[in-house]
Amino acid sequence: MSKDNQILENLTSKEYEHGWSVNYEADEAPLGLNEDIIRWISAKKEEPSWLLEWRLKAFKTWQAMKEPEWSNVNYRKMDLQALRYYSAPKQSKNPKNLKEVDPELIAIYERLGISLNEQKRLQGIAIDVVLDSVSVATTFKETLGKLGIIFCSFSEAVKEHPDLIKKYLGSVIPMTDNYYASLNAAVFSDGSFCYIPKGVRCPMELSTYFRINAANTGQFERTLIVADDSSYVSYLEGCTAPQRDENQLHAAVVEIYAGAHSEVKYSTVQNWFPGDKNGKGGIYNFVTKRGICAGDHSKISWTQVETGSAITWKYPSCILKGDYSIGEFYSVAVTNNYQQADTGTKMIHIGKNTKSRIVSKGISAGKSQNSYRGQVQVMKRAHNARNFSQCDSLLMGNQCGAHTFPYIDIANPSAKVEHEATTSKIGEDQIFYCNQRGIATEDAVALIVNGYAKEVLNQLPMEFAVEAQKLLALTLEGSVG
Amino acid sequence: MLSIKNLHASIEGTPILRGINLEVKAGEVHAIMGPNGSGKSTLASVLAGREEYEVTDGKVLFQGKELLSLSPEDRARKGLFLAFQYPIEIPGVSTTNFLRTALNQVREHRGQEPLDAVKFLSLMKEKMALVEIDQKLLSRSLNEGFSGGEKKRNEIFQMAMLEPVLSILDETDSGLDIDALRIVSNGVNKLKSDKTATIVVTHYQRLLDYIIPDFVHVLYRGRIVKSGTKELALELEEKGYDWIKEEVDSTATI
Repeated sequence: MSKDNQILENLTSKEYEHGWSVNYEADEAPLGLNEDIIRWISAKKEEPSWLLEWRLKAFKTWQAMKEPEWSNVNYRKMDLQALRYYSAPKQSKNPKNLKEVDPELIAIYERLGISLNEQKRLQGIAIDVVLDSVSVATTFKETLGKLGIIFCSFSEAVKEHPDLIKKYLGSVIPMTDNYYASLNAAVFSDGSFCYIPKGVRCPMELSTYFRINAANTGQFERTLIVADDSSYVSYLEGCTAPQRDENQLHAAVVEIYAGAHSEVKYSTVQNWFPGDKNGKGGIYNFVTKRGICAGDHSKISWTQVETGSAITWKYPSCILKGDYSIGEFYSVAVTNNYQQADTGTKMIHIGKNTKSRIVSKGISAGKSQNSYRGQVQVMKRAHNARNFSQCDSLLMGNQCGAHTFPYIDIANPSAKVEHEATTSKIGEDQIFYCNQRGIATEDAVALIVNGYAKEVLNQLPMEFAVEAQKLLALTLEGSVG
Repeated sequence: MLSIKNLHASIEGTPILRGINLEVKAGEVHAIMGPNGSGKSTLASVLAGREEYEVTDGKVLFQGKELLSLSPEDRARKGLFLAFQYPIEIPGVSTTNFLRTALNQVREHRGQEPLDAVKFLSLMKEKMALVEIDQKLLSRSLNEGFSGGEKKRNEIFQMAMLEPVLSILDETDSGLDIDALRIVSNGVNKLKSDKTATIVVTHYQRLLDYIIPDFVHVLYRGRIVKSGTKELALELEEKGYDWIKEEVDSTATI
């Protein structure tokens, strides 16, 4: 057996380590999708009428839309009527603090390696955890509150900070934006909200951890981050789901608003269940993420490490409206077995002297398909816009595919746009060289892959960079960790 | 230490090695010379366990144990080192990181504790002096954008770090200017001991002015056709390989 085949053999024997599920009593909506369900969700959440109206309007828009087919992925469309749009673990009514959260739920997160005990956290990270359709706990609320930082579940924000929600909800991604975003707007159940006031530098990482537990349930959450002028926040999102035979839908929306001189760093380590080695099951991850650099000199930076999901359809984007604003996108997308990823970014240059940087590293193995799709658009009045794009693909074996779809659209002659792309294979030469120094093949692959993805991994907060490295190794190496 | 008996190997069905016999003892330096295409590099690759080559016959004992059934990494962990003729680039992985991974896997195999960062760095400092290598080079991506000389020096540095029992230098002199040649040879000489052995594969006699061999073997058409001491290397330098080719070809039965 050649080296390549051996590696592939190891790849296909890989196990997903977060594939377990637990049974808890759930509060569920009936199956199906219609106006009544939306009213049901809204009532359940005791929402104000303006939000219900907003949802219903989104639903009407969505009904007239068609599921997009332009992406480079193949899948059997999901029967959206067979899904459940709300499932929440039954808790003793709205826990006010961590002490009131059901210990069984806390145990779920302990098992995932996420401690909700504030004392136990070594590093300063505040976390909001979302289980199925609802946020179950948010840590460090008080500490953050002293600085005027709001970090809470979306539902709580609707009740406590309606003015902010009213002002920013849908301001970056309108409810009419696209099929999945409109669906989300109609049925979203919870998510995280974060507001950093003027001039405040958030002293800890803020984080949301998404977990789907229930079967036949879609997860539709929204994250809204508002960084007021001259503020800074670093945000991290993680996610896992049980191993189930049927596909599950995750259609999230993330909106970021960055005021003048503010900076938002958003990092994702996505580890949804990718399906088994024969391509059965796995999460459909159809996500809309967009940020607006609304003020001058603002900056939004997306970093993503995508290892999971059966299908990934996701383009974290930046609208560079403020003059001198900066947008960045750093991505590592790994696909294995029958996974399909169509991911990339959009950089829309509107303001003068705006800059964007795109670094995309695709890694394909098994029979997977990995596509980068990116758009750089320079509008008429965006003088001196700059973009640099680097799109690399790494192939393992000869049964996978890597594709690059760059779109460049320039309406201002002063723009400078650079695009570089490479495709390479992990060479037997490289593996042999490592072997000859005593390094086992699995570790050699991990070393080479991590080297390849280093520029992106370097962007992650320290603790998560280590996690991401391990995850990359695990995704590609099978049970040999 | 190394005992090669009647070794035959081929690549894609074409025989390259056709009955190699060689005994190497601890403390010895053997030079393998020969014209282009005689099988010198193949011999080095087969000993290191490169998969493209198929061993069709013969036996190799390394420290008294069967070598050919071992994986390349196990051969390395047992102390066999190959300095590559064309060192491989690994983007994004620094020599330091690479070597730390390698050394700790080798140490694990030997039942030793992994070295922590501090101990590893001090070992590195010590070995860097041997090959006059700059620390800056070691924090760059492995072999990426290195000059020919830097690559070869880096190979010998790795050898110094891994402390092999048997080192095989595959055309380490190719692409080296005279200063680099001296530095690399000095490194090799300093690493020599009565417990280790070195096999130097080279086309030219030049390297053997610096690394003095105990034995010189001439490889031609996949066999060792002549063995001698370092005087043989000088004779080859003077007369070229043709006289040996003629000698062999006239008596050849194949």
